[in-house]
Amino acid sequence: MIIIGERISVIAKKVREAMAARDPKPLQELAKTQFEKGANYIDVSIGPAEDDGPQLMDWAVKVIQEVVPVPLCLDTTNKAAMIAGLKAHNNKWGRALINSASGEEERLNNMMPLAGEYNAEIIALTLTEKGIPALAEERCEVAANIMGRAMECGVPMEDIWLDPLILPVPFQQDKCKESIRAIRLFRELNDPPMKTTVGLSNIANGAPKELKGIITRNFLVLLMYEGLYSAIADPNDKEFMDTMKTVEVLMEKRLYAHSYLEM
Amino acid sequence: MPFVIPKDAYAGKVNALTFGSGDKAVTVGGDNGLPFLSFESSIPNRPLIALEIQDVAPSDWPDTVRTVYDGVSDSPAKWAKFCQDSLGAKIVALRLTGTHPDKENRSAEDAVKTVTEVLSAIDVPVMILGSGHIEKDAQVLKAAAEAAKGKECILGKAQEENYKTIVTAAIANNHKLIAMSQLDVNLAKQLNILITQMGFNKDNIIMDPMSSALGYGIEYTYSVMERIRQAALVQNDPMMQTPLLCDIGPNVWKTKESAAPESELPEWGALTERGIVWESVTASTMIMAGCNLLVMRHPKAIETVNKLISELI
Repeated sequence: MIIIGERISVIAKKVREAMAARDPKPLQELAKTQFEKGANYIDVSIGPAEDDGPQLMDWAVKVIQEVVPVPLCLDTTNKAAMIAGLKAHNNKWGRALINSASGEEERLNNMMPLAGEYNAEIIALTLTEKGIPALAEERCEVAANIMGRAMECGVPMEDIWLDPLILPVPFQQDKCKESIRAIRLFRELNDPPMKTTVGLSNIANGAPKELKGIITRNFLVLLMYEGLYSAIADPNDKEFMDTMKTVEVLMEKRLYAHSYLEM
Repeated sequence: MPFVIPKDAYAGKVNALTFGSGDKAVTVGGDNGLPFLSFESSIPNRPLIALEIQDVAPSDWPDTVRTVYDGVSDSPAKWAKFCQDSLGAKIVALRLTGTHPDKENRSAEDAVKTVTEVLSAIDVPVMILGSGHIEKDAQVLKAAAEAAKGKECILGKAQEENYKTIVTAAIANNHKLIAMSQLDVNLAKQLNILITQMGFNKDNIIMDPMSSALGYGIEYTYSVMERIRQAALVQNDPMMQTPLLCDIGPNVWKTKESAAPESELPEWGALTERGIVWESVTASTMIMAGCNLLVMRHPKAIETVNKLISELI
């Protein structure tokens, strides 16, 4: 499974301060450890960055790709910043991943054309101005709308990563299985199956700290059974990564060896 | 509507392994698709064939192949030079079979002497193979690795029971390494992990899945190789992306077909051709399964297989 390392996020104080001070060290350290633990993409979340979005994203992309040979997941709602990130991105190790478009008109209009224009892949959240649809089938309708727009923008279906959106089990217990079902239904929207991704940690938001791990890991297993393609997660979480590797072995997507957990 | 050939794209790629020193160094592997599917993948380096020589005269080889080396096989250096100069070998594989305790039980010092002589007689890349005896190979290959320092040989075979000593010697003397497991895809992966964990660069490993000869279990080797290649290319498993070695001589030239006299089995055809055909077909099967480097014995069989490779590429 494809892991998008989530640690470089403006929500973290350390990252926020480093970004404000343009201190590359903390970002580079986070990128390196996530890469070493198995991240296939590094998420770069700068938030809306209204003041200096383009400069900030340009700087962040460059300093991170100085130290890790992986593509980046560019995470901002700021269109100018997204463009700056796409221009700065080094495609030597893979194409950039835009995070994200959605079924909201403005966001879709802002982001989807960029995927076509800059030959990038794109995460698409299946929500609209009205929020996250309750049923998996309704999220498929949103997905179909997004896919239609992608075609108009010349974005191939295999470049779209559909995200059903994960709602926290402590508050929206009845939505968990809808997200799981959505993964299966999304895949059926195209042949070859559509790619899917989730922001996994959201499932345990609001739960006590000691429960977060077990909730997240077990949710991962259910999603992987339905064919989840990727997850935005913390690759430094060894138990999480071990669970992922084990499910891959059991689903025959990874070759067994006694030391499979160590690779 | 025009017909479009459906193409698969593979996530992974086989490592390219370069060995030997100077301008005679060679490279195998580097392909990013299944064997010979050049319409959908690239094959930057064709499969190569090493000619096998031994540290002792090949008294147990059938006449068909033994007589090719009459007059040179009494001296490994002469034999090596004959392979390079007269037969045009691009790689020579020196098997230290005489070190086996059940054979001549030659010492590690004897092996060092042979390795040194062979290395100074030729300048094509050399592979140094032990006798296959677990404990003895650890001693012999350690000494041989030191004697061959700087030549970037392929050293082997490291197996689960003796890999530590051999890996240490390969690291210390900058050689490449054969990792051999016994017809088991999971054990093959495990051995590569263990070797890598000792600090050996996985790009310097070539994997021997354990060869067999046509009619003697070749389908097991074939299917293990297929699974290794699928794991490397489709699952993008870095531990399975090492090139593949098939050391077929000992198995082919032990078969009844390569040695039974025509007087006993006239319906099997000419003995002089049978062994060559057996080695050619075995080798051809292995390259279809993804073999990157073969070790063979008969120059005519090598010629046949090289011709086939040229046609397929």
